[in-house]
Amino acid sequence: MTSGTTGGSGARDTVLGRVRDALALAPPRETAVPRAYRTGRRLPDDERLALFTDRLTDYRATVLTCTADGTAAAVARALADRGARRIGVPAGLDRSWLADWDGEVREDSSDVPPRDLESLDGVVTASAAGCAETGTVFLDASPDQGRRALSLVPDLHVCVVDLSAVEAGVPEALARVVPGRPTTLISGPSATSDIELERVEGVHGPRTLVVVVRTDM
Amino acid sequence: MSRPESRGTGSTFLGMPARPPRVPYGDGNLRGEEAFPRAAAGELRNEQLRRNLGRATGTIRGKRLAVTGELPDWEELRDAGAALKTDALNRLPELLEELERKVTERGGTVHWARDGAEANAIVTRLVKAAGSDEVIKVKSMATQEIGLNEHLEDAGITPWETDLAELIVQLGHDRPSHILVPAIHRNRDEIREIFLKEIPGVDPSLDSVPAHLAAAARAYLREKFMTTRVAVSGANFGIAETGTLGVVESEGNGRMCLTLPETLITVMGIEKVLPRHQDLEVFLQLLPRSSTGERMNPYTSLWTGVTEGDGPQDFHLVLLDNGRTAALADAVGRQALNCIRCSACLNVCPVYERVGGHAYGSTYPGPIGAVLTPQLAGMHAADDDPNSSLPYASTLCGACYDACPVKIDIPSLLVELRHQKTEESGRSAERLAMRAAAAVMGRPRLWTAAQRTARLGRALAGRDGTIGRLPAPFSGWSDTRDTPAPPKHTFRDWFASDEGAAALRDAAREGERRRAERRTSGDDQEDQ
Ligand code: SF4
Repeated sequence: MTSGTTGGSGARDTVLGRVRDALALAPPRETAVPRAYRTGRRLPDDERLALFTDRLTDYRATVLTCTADGTAAAVARALADRGARRIGVPAGLDRSWLADWDGEVREDSSDVPPRDLESLDGVVTASAAGCAETGTVFLDASPDQGRRALSLVPDLHVCVVDLSAVEAGVPEALARVVPGRPTTLISGPSATSDIELERVEGVHGPRTLVVVVRTDM
Repeated sequence: MSRPESRGTGSTFLGMPARPPRVPYGDGNLRGEEAFPRAAAGELRNEQLRRNLGRATGTIRGKRLAVTGELPDWEELRDAGAALKTDALNRLPELLEELERKVTERGGTVHWARDGAEANAIVTRLVKAAGSDEVIKVKSMATQEIGLNEHLEDAGITPWETDLAELIVQLGHDRPSHILVPAIHRNRDEIREIFLKEIPGVDPSLDSVPAHLAAAARAYLREKFMTTRVAVSGANFGIAETGTLGVVESEGNGRMCLTLPETLITVMGIEKVLPRHQDLEVFLQLLPRSSTGERMNPYTSLWTGVTEGDGPQDFHLVLLDNGRTAALADAVGRQALNCIRCSACLNVCPVYERVGGHAYGSTYPGPIGAVLTPQLAGMHAADDDPNSSLPYASTLCGACYDACPVKIDIPSLLVELRHQKTEESGRSAERLAMRAAAAVMGRPRLWTAAQRTARLGRALAGRDGTIGRLPAPFSGWSDTRDTPAPPKHTFRDWFASDEGAAALRDAAREGERRRAERRTSGDDQEDQ
């Protein structure tokens, strides 16, 4: 077998040396990267909302729309409709969103063992951005979105998205992401098609995703 | 095994560089036990496999065409994707060093592995250092390629695959048969049997409804996610500019593995590096649409080093060569390193559809596997080296090239490899391989299809535009097969004749017409 070295600088120098050798043996031709694909698209609010809703629904997520004033009512409905009694929220969540809800609220922190998150019926978070064309919400672990485990372990995720942060396409939405943050792109609930290609929701992540879109934000 | 290293350091260039080594013979999972034709002949008798595969590939093909057809700039995205990958390979040394620097700055540790054995040793050492005797794994082709699971087991560490299909494969003591749907060769009743036998404490009244089977796996794996302290993943991308790693998945098992354990070890092939964060905008459009035929996969995770209070606090990135530099040293063959493992080429391949993934004997099956596997692990002089037969596991119909989101010209690469094999081993081994390959390929329908496509003529011409260099494989092919055409003379003769020229002209027109049709209607008729 290979020598006992396990990744010391010997391996590093060897691999980089081989890469350089390979490129010297067959010098590459200069490549320009054409970026003629669509970027910088802007769509009117109603079109973005319609597309976003269509795509999310197609992925079996539920979409509720509301105005900023109606956020609390929409969040309460999303939770009550699914029988949630005890929910988790990130520390930075705008608590006025929970004004209409009378269940139990647990504020998350990094001290809470992930196992404890299993006792939650659901979780409410904000989001960093959205992409209409793919029906995707972006979470970047900001204080109003919390650590990644929070939106992963409980079975219901209610995610509040401002329409103003929903972009038409992937390039536009990705431009809103701050590189370097733990980022999760969510398109519908967890799903598998591994058994005879039959789609099953909720293998490991939340089985239910409700996206609350605030249309005047 | 000791082998000559190319050079001690890579900083100065002295004299003629050495060709980087391929994967040592017999290491990892890049070589089957028997040559493709014989393995395929066995698989061809498996009706269940063929039915499942036919349905799977047909379904995914249809979905892929629908969602790629939705994007008016699909071709522009492919152009950008192909150029980005090529550019990244051209600048690989600087990008790898940048990636290493950024990951380190963000609190991660970077390891380099010359081959699978070394990567396995690094991972084993890290797991032991973390004080664990088990790991949870998110599906990773790189770790499968190097046989990490087998190695961990030998070292007394239990690896738990957490992707549902991988779990089915693992519990069934089986091998994956498809990049994307590894357990496609199993039906629901078989899966139920496997679960009843292998999952401790599973409800004995479990039925075979897919949702119930998935729920059983969910309950079983939840426990593992919550209690296992070390995770091992692959990576779909590594961004040099920021040190960000990315995993694209559907089930949430990726998020579980990447988030809950204390230690995360990611094994990534060196070819997965991308220059800029912005480049994700291209690949996050190309990959899901080509792979599962979805506009976006349910979950994509991006992480950079460690983040306090969120996710693993100990992160290790293992950068793996394992034959990749050998492929990179080939001006033609290096294109295969552009592969983003979407599996689109498998799903359109008439040969793959009939024989399934096992026949290829490698972690990488299908058209791209037929190219990548011999490049990483070599085609050895021995007549019966399974990898020597892989470049013949194709009708050269060109469907894979049309489907590939990063425009890898797989048919031309196959022809190039056939040529290299001929150069290496001479005509008789070639004829043997061809005769055997004919057992699979000698189906009038496939032959006719291959003949009809324009691609054949172009692929035959090879990289320098001549066909004179390739007489042996094709004469061998036509001599030894029982096909309607060409009946008596060699392919070369036929190719040079008026009849051959006319057939190729027709084929060119037919191919153009079909492609145009497919473009306009999104219709899913393969050339067969
Ligand atoms: S070769 Fe192309 S089509 Fe095949 S898996 Fe790789 S990227 Fe996908």
